[in-house]
Amino acid sequence: MSLSFKEIFEQFNFVSQAKKYNISLWQHPPFLFFIIGLIIIGTIILSYIIGTRYFPQEYVALGILLITAILFSINYIITNSFERLAEVNLMKSEFIDIISHQLRTPLANLKWTIDLALKEHDGDKKEDFFKIVQEQNEKMLKLVNDMVYTSRIEQGKWTFKKEEIDLKMIVEKIIQEFLAFAQSNNVKIKVDFEETLPKVFADSQKISHVVSNLLSNAIRYSKGRGEVIVKLSKTDNRIHCEIKDNGVGIPKQEKIYIFSKFFRGKNILKYRTEGMGLGLFISKSIIDASGGKIAFQSEEGKGSTFWFELPIAPE
Amino acid sequence: MKKILFIEDEFTLQKSMGEFLEKAGFKIIQALDGEIGLNLAEKEKPDLILLDLILPKISGFEVLKRLKENKETKDIPVIILTNLEESTDVGKSLELGATTYLVKSDQSLDDVLERIKETLRE
Repeated sequence: MSLSFKEIFEQFNFVSQAKKYNISLWQHPPFLFFIIGLIIIGTIILSYIIGTRYFPQEYVALGILLITAILFSINYIITNSFERLAEVNLMKSEFIDIISHQLRTPLANLKWTIDLALKEHDGDKKEDFFKIVQEQNEKMLKLVNDMVYTSRIEQGKWTFKKEEIDLKMIVEKIIQEFLAFAQSNNVKIKVDFEETLPKVFADSQKISHVVSNLLSNAIRYSKGRGEVIVKLSKTDNRIHCEIKDNGVGIPKQEKIYIFSKFFRGKNILKYRTEGMGLGLFISKSIIDASGGKIAFQSEEGKGSTFWFELPIAPE
Repeated sequence: MKKILFIEDEFTLQKSMGEFLEKAGFKIIQALDGEIGLNLAEKEKPDLILLDLILPKISGFEVLKRLKENKETKDIPVIILTNLEESTDVGKSLELGATTYLVKSDQSLDDVLERIKETLRE
């Protein structure tokens, strides 16, 4: 086996390796082993010098103690890093579980609907089947799109347009689209918009994605007990959009994970079967990339308020 | 006519499977969540229960456990019909007393019907 110089160099390019695994240099096992190697070589040379120059014994003991302590702590960090890598791996397999479950639901629906449609000879009824097929198809498309968005975000390949957009118009349009869905969930949507609002500077398609995501969450998690209030207002140099529900809320211990990728609350499997835990991760990435801010307040059992702010377009 | 209780929160599946089984000559009782499912199981004494595992309010595992703990319902055969397919889920269901475990997307309507008939014959 022959290695080119470039390949040998790659082996020692710890910075880019650590970046690839998304861990810091001090958590990267090969780098840490390299450091241990250096320390060991240093120790041997040092012992040689000590041995030849007859340092007082207490210094030797102290030196050995110090070196042992350093080696121990580095080993501790290495073990931890391996655990971290194992965790990432675990998250990946959990993710595959979630995806396969989420894609299977519409797939099973499609399969059975097509089964039924093939057995059905009444032409009028076939149209109903087509509607179901269309619905399930859209569901799957949305899941796959979210996955593609996520991978683009991670690779830093998602491009954003910068255009002047009327946030009020976007929000109104999305509320219209959600009226039927809200009604079927027994949820009322109320609006509270400030009269005149300046335009914001962002990518309209992506901002629409954020608004529909937040609104869809608000409706889904307030099922059966609901009212969702959508507010638009102007602060200093930003437009503030707020979506408030009185639904199931978010438990305290889950709050820090809410914008993390693939995170789905423990309660969620119980309440809802849809979604992969990508919606809020994508939303946060969009708002961050647009120079805005997104956050929430929530109390378990009482409801959640999600809001985001976008910079006003320069005159 | 044999009665089947179908506990499933996905409305589309509930409808397609329900209609299909009715045509095949069964009486279908529908339950859209675990709580209703448990109540109906006790009240209606179905000959067989089709159970999804991910359900609102009470999970499918919990429903299964309570069905098997209850004197009135413990002898009713339960077929798990779900999209989870981890071996731990399968093991847990069978341990709790499910008769069969079927993954929805792997089964055609006719397959499910076949398993139902088989289970009812036993």
